[in-house]
Order: sequence, then C-alpha cells, then structure tokens
Amino acid sequence: MKTNDVILQTATKVVLFLIVLFSVYIFFAGHYTPGGGFVGGLLTSGAIILLLLAFDMKTVEKILPVNYMYMIAAGLLFAIGTGAGALLFNVPFLTHAFTDVDLPILGHLSLHTAALFDLGVFLVVVGVTMIIIKTIGEDD
Amino acid sequence: MSLLHLAIISPFLLAILVPIAYKLFRQIHTGWFVLPLPILLFSYFISYLSITSDQQSVTKSFSWIPALGIDFAAKVDGLGLLFALLISGIGSLVVLYSIYYLDKNKEQLNTFYVYLLLFMGAMLGVVLSDNLIVLYTFWEFTSFSSFLLIGYWYHREKSRYGAQKSMIITVFGGLSMLGGIILLYLMTGTFSISEIIAGSDEIFSHSLFVPALLCFLIGAFTKSAQFPFHIWLPDAMEAPTPVSAYLHSATMVKAGIYLVARMSPVFAEHSLWLWLIAGFGITTLFWGSFSAVKQTDLKAILAFSTVSQLGMIMSLLGIGAAALHFETVDDSYFTVATTAAVFHLINHATFKGSLFMVAGIVDHETGTRDIRKLGGLMNFMPITFTLAVIGTFSMAGLPPFNGFLSKEMFFTGMVRVLEMDIFNLDTWGFLFPVLAWVASVFTFIYSMILVFKTFTGKFQPEQLEKKPHEAPIGMLISPIILASLVIIIGFFPNIIANTLISPAQAAIMPVEGYVYDTHIYFWHGFTPELFMTLGVITLGILLFVTLPKWRRVYDFLPEKLALNRFYDSGLSGIQHVAHKFTKWYMNGSIRNYLVYIFTFFIITLLSVLFLKGAFKFDASNVSAIRFSEIVLALVIAIGAITIMFVKSRLTSIILLGAVGYTVALFFVLFRAPDLALTQLVIETISVALFLLCFYHLPQIKDEERMPFKATNAVISIGVGLVITLIAFSAHSNKLFDSISQYYIDNTYEKAAGKNMVNVILVDFRGFDTMFEITVLAIAALGIFGMIKLRLGGGKKNENK
Repeated sequence: MKTNDVILQTATKVVLFLIVLFSVYIFFAGHYTPGGGFVGGLLTSGAIILLLLAFDMKTVEKILPVNYMYMIAAGLLFAIGTGAGALLFNVPFLTHAFTDVDLPILGHLSLHTAALFDLGVFLVVVGVTMIIIKTIGEDD
Repeated sequence: MSLLHLAIISPFLLAILVPIAYKLFRQIHTGWFVLPLPILLFSYFISYLSITSDQQSVTKSFSWIPALGIDFAAKVDGLGLLFALLISGIGSLVVLYSIYYLDKNKEQLNTFYVYLLLFMGAMLGVVLSDNLIVLYTFWEFTSFSSFLLIGYWYHREKSRYGAQKSMIITVFGGLSMLGGIILLYLMTGTFSISEIIAGSDEIFSHSLFVPALLCFLIGAFTKSAQFPFHIWLPDAMEAPTPVSAYLHSATMVKAGIYLVARMSPVFAEHSLWLWLIAGFGITTLFWGSFSAVKQTDLKAILAFSTVSQLGMIMSLLGIGAAALHFETVDDSYFTVATTAAVFHLINHATFKGSLFMVAGIVDHETGTRDIRKLGGLMNFMPITFTLAVIGTFSMAGLPPFNGFLSKEMFFTGMVRVLEMDIFNLDTWGFLFPVLAWVASVFTFIYSMILVFKTFTGKFQPEQLEKKPHEAPIGMLISPIILASLVIIIGFFPNIIANTLISPAQAAIMPVEGYVYDTHIYFWHGFTPELFMTLGVITLGILLFVTLPKWRRVYDFLPEKLALNRFYDSGLSGIQHVAHKFTKWYMNGSIRNYLVYIFTFFIITLLSVLFLKGAFKFDASNVSAIRFSEIVLALVIAIGAITIMFVKSRLTSIILLGAVGYTVALFFVLFRAPDLALTQLVIETISVALFLLCFYHLPQIKDEERMPFKATNAVISIGVGLVITLIAFSAHSNKLFDSISQYYIDNTYEKAAGKNMVNVILVDFRGFDTMFEITVLAIAALGIFGMIKLRLGGGKKNENK
C-alpha cells in the first residue's frame, strides 16, 4: 500500500531550511559560542536524513547529487591543507592565523584559518554520517 | 683481512660457486671441484707448524663489530692448528672418498658439497677464533650444517628424525654456551679468549664463575655427545657415510673437546671442572662401550664407539686439570693425562675415520650394514679387511698401532688419579681406573665384533643385495692413507710429539716460562698399565668367544635405561602438555578471554594500589553536591542497573538511550554545552543504529534474561570497585594545579576565539582533531567496505 506522506513532505520542505540554517549558524558561531564543525556537520546530515525519511533514496540523490566519499576526502584535505599551509609561512604545522577586517556590508569581522580547518571537520562529519546511513539503508 | 681470514672463509666462498659448477659441468663429479680446497688449506696450515712448534702463536684481527668489542680475531696456536690440520686433512680425504661413494647421477651433489663446505668453514672458524662471539657464530654454523647433512636423504623419515634430534640437542647446548659467554663477558668485560685467559685469576672467586663454567660444560657435552646427551650421535648415522666419517667421528664431535681444552686455562682451577669433566667423561666412556656391544649395525657400533672414545678424551682432559693444583710435583707427572688426551684425539681421528670409510665400503658393496647378515667377506675384500683390522686393533688398543700407545697413556693417567689427594679424589678416585679398565674390555669386545663378524665366519650370499667385491681404488685411497697414519704414528709416535702434541698442550695449560717436551715411549717396562692391557686382552678374548652366552644380559638391561625413550617421551610430553595447556586456556570463547583480562586488571591495579600505599581519600577538595545532581545520578543508576535485568533487548536499547540522554543532561548541568550538543546527536544516532541491529537480529523464540553467573558478578563488581577506588585516590592526590588557566587567559588573546572548547579543538590541539576525523573517515570506509564487498553474497544481490 502506498501511503501519501504529503504532510510530512511539506513539513520537511519548510523545516529542512531551518535546520540547515541552524547548522550553518552553529558552524560559523563555533569559535565564539557553543557549536563548531562537529555539531554543525551532524545537524546538516540530520537535515539530509530528514529528507531521506520524507522522500526516497533516489529523489534525495537527485536533489543532492553529492558523492560523500569525495566529501570526506575534501574535508580531510581542508584540514590537512590548513595545517600544511602554515609550513609555507615558516611556522610549525597547524599554526593558525587571523586578521581583523572591516567589510562593507558585514561590518567588523575576524577572518580565521581555524574556520577552514573546522570546515574540513564539517565536511568529514557530514560525509561519514551520510555514508554510514546510506550504506546501511541501501543494503537489504 | 689477512690470508688467515681468507683461509677460514674460503669454504664459504667456494660453497657459493659449487652449485654453478654443478650446473655447468654435469659430466664431471662435483667433488673434484671441491677437493683442491681442503688440500690447499691443509698445506697452508702445515706452514704454520714452524711457528707453533716453538709453542708460539699468531693472531690476526679483523674488525667486525668494534662497538661491541666483537672482532674476527683469528689465532693460530698449537691447539687450533692441530684441529685445523685434522679438519682440512680429513676433509680432503672425505671429499675424495665421497667422490666415489656418491653417485653423480643419483645424488644431489650440489647440496651435499655446499653443506660439507659450510661445515668445513664453520669448523675452521670454531677452532681458529679468538673471539667468543665469533666462535659461537661458527659453532652454531656447525650445528646447522650438521643438521642439513644428517637430513641429506630428507625423504627418509629416520634421517629427518636424526637431524631434528641432533639439532635440538646441539642447539640447546649452543645456547647454553652463549649464556656462558655472556657471563664471562660480564665478569671480564671482553670477548677475547686470550684476554680472558690472561685475567682468569681474578674471576675465580666471582659469583658468576660457577654458572659460567656449567654453561660452557653443557655446550661442550652436548656437542661432543657426552652422557646423557650422547643420544643424538647414533641417530645421526642416517647421514651418508662420508658425513659420518667426517662430522661424527673426526671433527664436529670434537668441537666440545676443543671447547673444554680451550677453556681449561680459565676454568680448570676449580674442582668442579675436574670432577664434572672427568666424571662425565668416564661415565660416557663406560656407557658408550657397553652399549656398542649390543648394536647390530656397523655404523651404530661405530657411533657408540665414538661416544665412548670421546668420553675417554674428555675424562683425560679433566684429570689433566689436576696438574694445575700441584706446584711441587714434577709437572709432567699429572700432565700425562693431557698429553694422552691430545694424542688420542689424533689417533681417534685417524682410525675412526678409516673405520667409517670401511663401513661405508661394506655397505656400498654388499647393500647392508647389518652384522647379522654379513660374514666371510675377507676373501672378497682383502684390502678392506686389512684396513678394518688395522683400525679396529688400534681402537681396541693393541700393539703395534697408535691406539695402543694412547691407551697405555690413558691407563697411566687414570692410575695416577689414585695418587692425587685433592678434591676428595682419594675417596671415589679409585672408580676412575676401574671404570676405565672395564670400559676397555668392552671396547675390545666390540672392536672384535666389528672386524670378525663382518669379515670372517660364514658367508651368507642369500642375505646380501649385491654380489660383494672389492671397492674401487678411489674409494680405498682415503682409508689407506688413514690406516697408514695409524701404523706410522704407532711406530714413530715422536714425529708428532713435539710438532703437534706439545704445542697443543702448551695451549691447553699455559704455564709461564715452561716449555712442554713430550716423549712417547713404546715400552714402559713392567708397569701396572701393561698388566691392565694384558688383562683387557685376556678377558676381552674370553668374553668375545662366549658372547652368545651372555649377550642376553642386554635384552632386559639397557631397555630400561634407554635414554632415547626418555628423550622421545619427553619431547612428546612437552608437546602434549603444551597442547593441553593451550587448548585449556585458549578455548576460543571471548567471554573467557575477557575474564582473564579483567581478572588481571583487578589483581594488578588493586595490588599496586595497596602495596604502594597509594589509596587515599580526601574530601577537602570536593565541591558541594546539588539536589539535581543526585536526581540525575539516580536516573543513570536505575537505568544502568535495569539494563542488566530486563528481558527484552528493545527495552535495553531504550534504557541505554535514556542513560545517554541523562549523561547529556549532566553535561548541561556541569556547563559543557558543546559536549551536551554532541552527546545528544550522537546518542540519537547510536540508538538508531542499535535499533537497526535489533531489527536484523535472527528471530529468537523466547527472549530470556541474561543468565546470572557468580564469576561475572564478582569480576564486574571488582572492576567497578577498582575504578572507583582509583578515581578517589587520584582525586585526593592532586599534585599540581591545572594548566587550564593558560587557555582561559589566551583563548581570545592568541587564538581570536571565545569558545574555549572549540579553540582548543581546532587551534591549540588541532593535531588531535585532524586524526579524529581521520578515524571517522576510516570507520565510514570500513562500514562501506564491509557491506558492499561481501564476496559471493554481494554478487547475488547484483544479479537480482
């Protein structure tokens, strides 16, 4: 029997963006308030899982045509690359740098290479979670 | 690197070339390529005679591992040269003999000569090394090459058995010797034998002296087949006869003798040395000759005879050590034993080598070595018969052969034991001449059996596989040379007295400023020794003639005393016990292994905690407990305890989730928002995964509660208790303040962040994080691989 999940699907469409926004917020705010790459990544994959629950696997793949293996690799590259980048400036591995800048619209900001590292964490966590869920889900 | 070093390693170098020669020149017997080397070596070593005859020595050193004090120091002195000449001389004869003995079309000649050359080089290394570690290296090399040679016909089970047995026993002794070497190094700080000898007076009272002595003796006794380690030698007779003649009569089995002689200046001051060597030697002499009489295989007789003769040389070396304890008596009075040892060493190598070759010829020409099948071969093989007579009569100690002279000297040495009044020798010392005499009677009997049962009596052609005929001349050359030596040395013993024997003696017992001068007299006059020999001959002939009547003594006697049985049952017993033990504790059940691990954990930690007095309970540093904490702790405790007692797995999973969420609440309570966030999400995911596992579990009809087991309860309570105690003690024993103040101060100043947890994670200690995400990535890839790459099962799914 095919069920009609219209309420779930509609609710998902709305809630999804809230979750994604929240996760992006948590990710970016991580350096100042609780949060960071790890929780941000988990929440983003939570949003994708919600999609998976509301729709089926193929639809989600159409919506998000991402190879999560590459995502893990990219995340690791970001993390290690950030660390290795420090070597170019003749400082020890994983030495972070930051500057304060004033941007026209966004105002006073501090740009930090730690955010790039955190981005690596974020990508790996999303990739890992999605790989685990998808692999187990596709298996019969 | 000098010419001397080159001489020692030249057999190894030639061993590399032998397989090439074997492949290239299939028409020529490979032995011909090998033969020139030992001859060359022999003539090279002859050139050293001029130096050693003056009782001097030459040392050439070659740096090997200087940082550890290990140099390849080669030293040629009287003793080393004597052995080097035996090795290269008899080596040449054996190679010549083997050329005719081994068929070039039927045998794997390349391996044979490679092994033989390895052995020759190793043996030269043993006797010419002045460094104990180098000596040990070559020593083990002789064990290995002997193992390979005994197992040369590896398709025979008996060869493999003999090879394994000799390997186990000699390597056991070799390792024990290594222990002795290390102990000596600890005492003296050097591996150089010359230096150790030079400083031997100081180590005499050292507490490690006796252990080192015992270690060396075990090494020497196993290699030289002394009682009770002699059991490997008769089984080593499965080797081709040239090997038996070379290794198991003339060279390898004398390595132990060499070691005893070489270490005499270090250890001989101690009474234990004299007692052990002389005692074990005389026992071996007796037991070997006694056992030889009952053998029916020619080579087995010769093997036991070798055992007994080695025992004789060993006992002489032991008695000779007594000379060190007398300063007033004329030195040569007691050193006659040492002279006899060296002299008999040479004699034994000559007659035993030729006898083995004779046995090989008999085997080769008739197809059997069983003396019950042999007989009356005298007319078919006159030359072989002559050689056998010379060899056996010399072995039995009959004039005019060289064995007679050394046996006379042996008796002299043994009779003089009676006059020693040291080390309580006056109490049990009389056993030495008595045992020596009885053993000589047995030696006489088996010597006669060897020659007369084989060559005289009734000829039994139906028992023989081949029609017997005289051996080819090539096969006879080597035993003829050896037998001629037996006669030459018998008639003119003094040609080797001052060239070989005295220098060797000077090396065995160096006395400052004393020059050994040896004379061997053919005729002593009417001495007790002469009458002992006459008695041996009379009783020996009597017993040989009446042999069938008393032979049944052997049927019940030695069977009970067989050391082989002890060895075999010991070996299988060790295997059996090890098997049982491993089966008992490695039973494959993970529960059991966890029991071991946790029990070990509890015992170790608890004992350390209380033995070291580390347990301490100090509540002064504890903060006040809030009501909310008590509530949460109760929730967790109830959840955790209920998990153990619920029936359904589903309930367990949900309870576990409850515990996890409560932990998250604890994080909230203890102001760890990052942890609380992560804990919540992760707990959700893991509960979902648990449910997934639960869903896929095979249908079990009645879900039962976990059965109660007292051991498990005790262990789990124990683990909990230990961890709690350690946590209390650790908290009460804080020695330093936390380093967190640095992070608090610098999170914003240096890292431009305000969330300290995150700043530590990505900045201060980002290195850890980098590898934690790597761990995650590996886990994901692992899950992906496990599920997608199910071989066989995965393919089925694709076909659907």
